[in-house]
Amino acid sequence: MTDFQHQAIRLTSMQRPETWLESLRTKAADEWLAQPWPTRKTEHWKYTPLQNLQKTILHAWGREEVPILDAPFENHLVPLDAYRIIFIDGVFDSFNSSKLPAEVVQFSKANEDQQAVILQYLGKIIEGERHLFATLSNAWLDDGFLIHVPRNQKLDKPVYIVNISTSAAVSANQRVLVVLEESASAEIIEHYFSAESVQQGFVNSLTEIHIGDNASLQHYRLNLEEEQAQHIGAVHVDLQRNARLRGFAIALGASLMRIDYQLNHRGQGAELDLQGVYVPRNNQLVDYHTNVCHWVPHCKSNEVFRGIVGDSAQAIFNGRIYIHPQAQKTLAELSNKNLLTSNKAEVNTKPELEIYADDVKCAHGATVSQLNTNARYYLQSRGLSRSEAEVMLSFGFINELLEQIAQPVVHDYLQPRLAALFGRDNSLNEASSLLGDSNG
Amino acid sequence: MLRITDLFARVEEKEILKGLNLTVNPGEVHAIMGPNGAGKSTLGNVLSGREGYEVTGGKVEFNGKDLFDLEIEERAREGLFLAFQYPVEIPGVSNMEFLKAAVDAKRKHKGEADLSAVEFMKVARDASKRVSLDQAFLKRGVNEGFSGGEKKRNEIMQMMLLEPSLCILDETDSGLDIDALQVVANGVNAMRSPDRSFIVVTHYQRLLDYIVPDYVHVLANGKIVKTGDKSLALELEEKGYAWLEDEAV
Repeated sequence: MTDFQHQAIRLTSMQRPETWLESLRTKAADEWLAQPWPTRKTEHWKYTPLQNLQKTILHAWGREEVPILDAPFENHLVPLDAYRIIFIDGVFDSFNSSKLPAEVVQFSKANEDQQAVILQYLGKIIEGERHLFATLSNAWLDDGFLIHVPRNQKLDKPVYIVNISTSAAVSANQRVLVVLEESASAEIIEHYFSAESVQQGFVNSLTEIHIGDNASLQHYRLNLEEEQAQHIGAVHVDLQRNARLRGFAIALGASLMRIDYQLNHRGQGAELDLQGVYVPRNNQLVDYHTNVCHWVPHCKSNEVFRGIVGDSAQAIFNGRIYIHPQAQKTLAELSNKNLLTSNKAEVNTKPELEIYADDVKCAHGATVSQLNTNARYYLQSRGLSRSEAEVMLSFGFINELLEQIAQPVVHDYLQPRLAALFGRDNSLNEASSLLGDSNG
Repeated sequence: MLRITDLFARVEEKEILKGLNLTVNPGEVHAIMGPNGAGKSTLGNVLSGREGYEVTGGKVEFNGKDLFDLEIEERAREGLFLAFQYPVEIPGVSNMEFLKAAVDAKRKHKGEADLSAVEFMKVARDASKRVSLDQAFLKRGVNEGFSGGEKKRNEIMQMMLLEPSLCILDETDSGLDIDALQVVANGVNAMRSPDRSFIVVTHYQRLLDYIVPDYVHVLANGKIVKTGDKSLALELEEKGYAWLEDEAV
């Protein structure tokens, strides 16, 4: 047990949790204190050191009052026509959030029926397994948001959850629970960014998603925080029979940026697509751990992650696919490609394939790629210098995934921002729109 | 414009060009024909500077400069353009971003300012119209998912935008139907001028009905074995290449 673990639990005394969540909290607090602290010898934390986090003094939660930001944050937002939920340093900002539909409710405002739904589903996806920071999320649980879409219903607008960090060095516990009942559908965008240069606070986030029979979800997780940020987050998903998940993840680097995806096929015929992009630079780190578990037959998963690692940055990708003995006729693919743009950049990519069924199709690949020399030659043969060609091809390497983003507003938000990291502006798209799309 | 003297080149230890001589003056159109494996594509690749093509002898003078002193991109900026037989698909790199960067590189080389985004888009849309390529192709990835004909039209569009002084068309007619062939030929013919030269590499005479050459050369076994006017192309169509290969050995 470390001081950090103690400190984390001491912090809970400053919270005013709902009584109906109390037993979950105290149980988790005990578990959290009992778990060993990860070291370099802990397999799933081998390349991501937590020493810095350990040194972070957890002295405060986000302020009581919603902080007023020095600068307006509108231009950081994805301009979606959506139900907007804004948090600043972990504090819900009702003033800047939308009027929310009945399907979306804060835990602390939940009625008895909603409380029952929360208690039925919260913390259930990885129950019994040891996910240290999910345990912390439970221990720190004092509020969160429930998105509960009843049977055959479709949320008429996306839910856009914005988590803004300011310069305050505070801790935030972000919790979202999504329950889609049979044949329901929704689109959810989770967006983290720093409005100001952050100090070393700590965000621990957990999003749990239950996708019922025939239900479908589009889910985006955008981690666009500043370099100093420390964020450990997870997305846990259960897919029931014929459920569909289309997920997209992106992370810029940070001092600590660790995101876990736990994806469970619980019902036959379920399908998931998950794409991810990471682009750590300078001394940043990004660590994605994904674990796709096929517990039942006839499910499909397709996962593609690409990263560009520059300067002295470090990327970790660990992609596990587990296929239970009963999960026959599984189709599972995982591809992770990395591009190193500096000789000090580092990537540790590890595929883990555990197949216990014999009638399955699995493809699994993890590579550290070079730029395509034919493509570079082609660009140079048109007058681009070698370095210009390389930068253009590097951006192309991740832009291939950006191009597949289903939500056009998210695509149009992300693409120029990522392009800017590669020295490109958006002027041609703008000129193209300005001139109109007809050939007149 | 271009003077190739006694050029030897190899690919992976295999000698392909074996003492090739060719002089192209401004405004001329030269067709290079020949059997498969004669070295037709190697010539274009060597001239544009592709990696893996090793020059083992001879020299090439391009607009008064030693071509082999120049990097791939410098050759392009100096006005050499190779229309690829197999244009490369580059998913994720937008065609218009690529074209603008190419045009800007050329302009910079000439001491001209970059085009503004709007100026460029107007020029690019005009060029795409001239090769009958829908402007939607400007926004797509470079050649990504283009059909064979669309790729070749994209090559000709690049040629129009870059206004090179020497254009090498490497089997641009391969895989084209007659309509696409006409579009490509019209594009080329529209660009013919007294100070721009073309080397048209082709296996078939058909293209030369549309792009009429001043000279026709037969490349066999790594060198030019026969030179004539456009009637030579017709003769080759009729008799094939075998009789010339025999002569060359």
